[in-house]
Parts: sequence; C-alpha cells; structure tokens
Amino acid sequence: MSLKTEISFTLNGRPITVEVPVTMKTLYLLRDVLDLKGTKYGCGEGECGACTIQLDGKTVNSCLMYAVDCDGREVVTIEGLKSATELHPMQQAFVDHGAVQCGFCTPGMIVQAVSLAQNNPELSVEEARRGLEGNICRCTGYAKVLDAVVAAAGPAD
Amino acid sequence: MVANVVEHYSAPDTLDDALETLAGGNVTIFCGGTDLSPQIEAGTRQYGATLMNIRRINGLAGIESKKGTLRIGALTTVTEMKRAPLLNEQARVIVEAADQFASDQIRNAASLGGNLCNASPAGDMIIPLLLLDAAVELACWRDGTLQTRLVPLDEFFTAPGTTVKRADELLTAAVFERPAETFVARFRKSGPRPALEIATVSVGIAGRLENRRFTDVRVAMGAVAPTPLRARRAEAALEGKLLDIDNIQAAVRCAGEDATPIDDVRASVWYRDHLVGVFTEEILNDVLENGN
Repeated sequence: MSLKTEISFTLNGRPITVEVPVTMKTLYLLRDVLDLKGTKYGCGEGECGACTIQLDGKTVNSCLMYAVDCDGREVVTIEGLKSATELHPMQQAFVDHGAVQCGFCTPGMIVQAVSLAQNNPELSVEEARRGLEGNICRCTGYAKVLDAVVAAAGPAD
Repeated sequence: MVANVVEHYSAPDTLDDALETLAGGNVTIFCGGTDLSPQIEAGTRQYGATLMNIRRINGLAGIESKKGTLRIGALTTVTEMKRAPLLNEQARVIVEAADQFASDQIRNAASLGGNLCNASPAGDMIIPLLLLDAAVELACWRDGTLQTRLVPLDEFFTAPGTTVKRADELLTAAVFERPAETFVARFRKSGPRPALEIATVSVGIAGRLENRRFTDVRVAMGAVAPTPLRARRAEAALEGKLLDIDNIQAAVRCAGEDATPIDDVRASVWYRDHLVGVFTEEILNDVLENGN
C-alpha cells in the first residue's frame, strides 16, 4: 500500500479535493484518477512535451511533476482551454491550419502555445520555434504547427 | 536503510521544519521533481522512508544583491534565473546558461538547488556559478539551533551524483561576490540539438579584461570528468597574459590536459577532447574581439 495524502487545488477553474498516492505523478492523477484523457503520456521522462499542462500560469511536464505538488495551486489542462461553446483561438488555429497529423502531440503543443501567446502577444516564428522546443511531433509536422501558432499569437496583420 | 515504500510525506512551510525532518534521517527531497522522477522510474534511485517537498519553504526562492554579494535561493527556478534583470545586469553568464537549459517546461519546474544537488557532471547551472567563484550555503538543525556553512562550489562535488552535503543538510542558496565592471564571462554547451540536451561538453571562461590583459581567470568545464571542474592548467596559462593568438593557443593545449573525459552514449573521448579545444578557442577569440 502506498501512502496517500489529501490535496486541494483548482483544476480548469474549479476547486477540487482528492486523495493521491504521494509518489504519483500529476499525469496519472489527471488521466487515471480524474479521467481527463486529453493530457497525453508520450515518453514519461520530460523529453516530448505531450503531457504539458499549465501550473500557476507556467507550463510544466505533468509526467515529471508530483501530484502532491498540485496542492493549493492552479492547474489548467487542454480540457480547460475552450469555453462551453467555442474552441480556444489557439485550438481553432490548429484546426484552420491543419496543424494536426496523428494528433498525439497536439494537446501538449496547444497548451504550450497558449502559454507562449500569454507571455508574448507579438510572437515571431523564431520565438514560437524556440518556445515549442520541448514539444516533439513524431510525424514531424512542425511547419503547420508554427503557422497556426503564429496566426493565433503573432502580430496582427 | 533504504525503503522502497514511502512512510511519511512532508511539505514544510519553514526551513526549521524542513531541517528537523531531515535530522530524522532517510529523507528523499524534491522540488520540481524533474531529476528525481526519471531516476526513480529508471531504478537508479529509491525513495527514503520520508518524501519531502521543499517547494513551499518560505524565503528560499528569489535573487537578491546585498553589500556586493549576490544570493540565489535554492528554490529559484531556471526560468526565474533566465528572466532575472538583476542577473542580466550583474552576472549575465547565468542567464546565458539558463537560456540553454532543457525546455521551457523543465525550466519552469527545475530549481537551482536541485540542479546543484543532482551533481551531474553535465549540470548546466554549475559552470556559470564556478566561473563566478560561487559558494553554496548548507543548513542543518543541530543541538536545537539552525546551523549553516558555506562550501566553495568547486569543493562541493565529489563524484557523479554525490556531494559533500550531509544527509541532514539542505542546500539553501548559492552566493557569490558581485563581479567587477571589467568582468567578462562566456558559456558554451554542445549537443546534437539545442533543446533538451544533456551537454556533451560545456566550457565556460571568465576573468577581468583590462587593455587586453586577462586576470583573475577562471575556466570551468562540464561533462569531461566525474564532476564539473575548474581547469587550473588553462587558468594558469592565461593568468595575467595578454589575450593574443599565441596565448590563446597555449590555453587551448592546457585545457585539453585539464579534461579527462570518458566514452559514453553521448560522445567519444576523442570528440569531447576536440570540443574542449574548439570551445576554449572560440570563447577566447570572442572575448578578444568583443570584450565585455
């Protein structure tokens, strides 16, 4: 039996209290306990970015992060980006630019891109490329991803 | 005794509480978890009986400058170092190394204390701090009081993954003197791709440059020995010398003598030796041409 502890945090804008094993990673809390399957397991060691979430407004690899460390903090996952009726503009840009091949890296890419846009309202292609360096697409479909990110986050035409 | 099953979890708010827990023994510490998680998964580390999250300790994050001394708290993230105006003004080589560290996601989670205590021969934040002649502050709880000691960073590492820090001690900060106006410092790191790369070789060179004369020279290298090191032969070859082509070539030869790399999955001995020479030459040429 592994030791558990109770944590409370904000998940996609809603307060939540849950009991977690103290060595569980946030990725498994999201996927296996809370049934939020949008955040993906890619490599499990912080190399691929498929598990990217926002924690207090900054992106982290949820596969490396201990779930107990969510306590008292604000977590946003891919499920928390859209409103009740509309996709987030970054999600819509990915759709419009066909920036999806197999789609497995997409949630992580979008969460990271949203964070880049929040920190830099005039994102250049080069800044987008550097900002997405921790997100790997195994279909190698980066060109359309960059098109989408810059269209949603770059300087207005 | 090493336990596989965690029996206690602690997330202290104060340094005193953290040190008291450490004094109890057999504690695994984490902050961002970016090194601990993969090491546990790979089976190269096991949990102690107590798992302690130090992220919430008050007063252990942030960067301050006081009376000519800069202090970076152990919980300061790599992103915070990368974006710190104070470091950009006074110790830019730290910002340069932070900029080349892993990825945005890992920089947001990884702490300075974790990067130092993980004691990787390739640890990215170690090289700039060696160039700044930094010391680390270690705190423990003994005889009913908080006690601290300062250890020069180049005496901190003993082997891959091990340091002189005792099990009851917590690394609380890195401290160094504010560099002089004439201080120059550069950092180079190599890997097959810029992001998320464990350095194949990293080299840093710093010193005071006045009228092309280089003094107070510090050369630091990563991933070329069991621990990050100060390259004393290369430093001696440059100390007090005019920075010219002959002296740069002499330093390149000595830098090769300071490095004792191994063959591993990332690179061969030959390639690492080659990179040490190339980086040393590139950095010194850059300093010669562009100064501060």
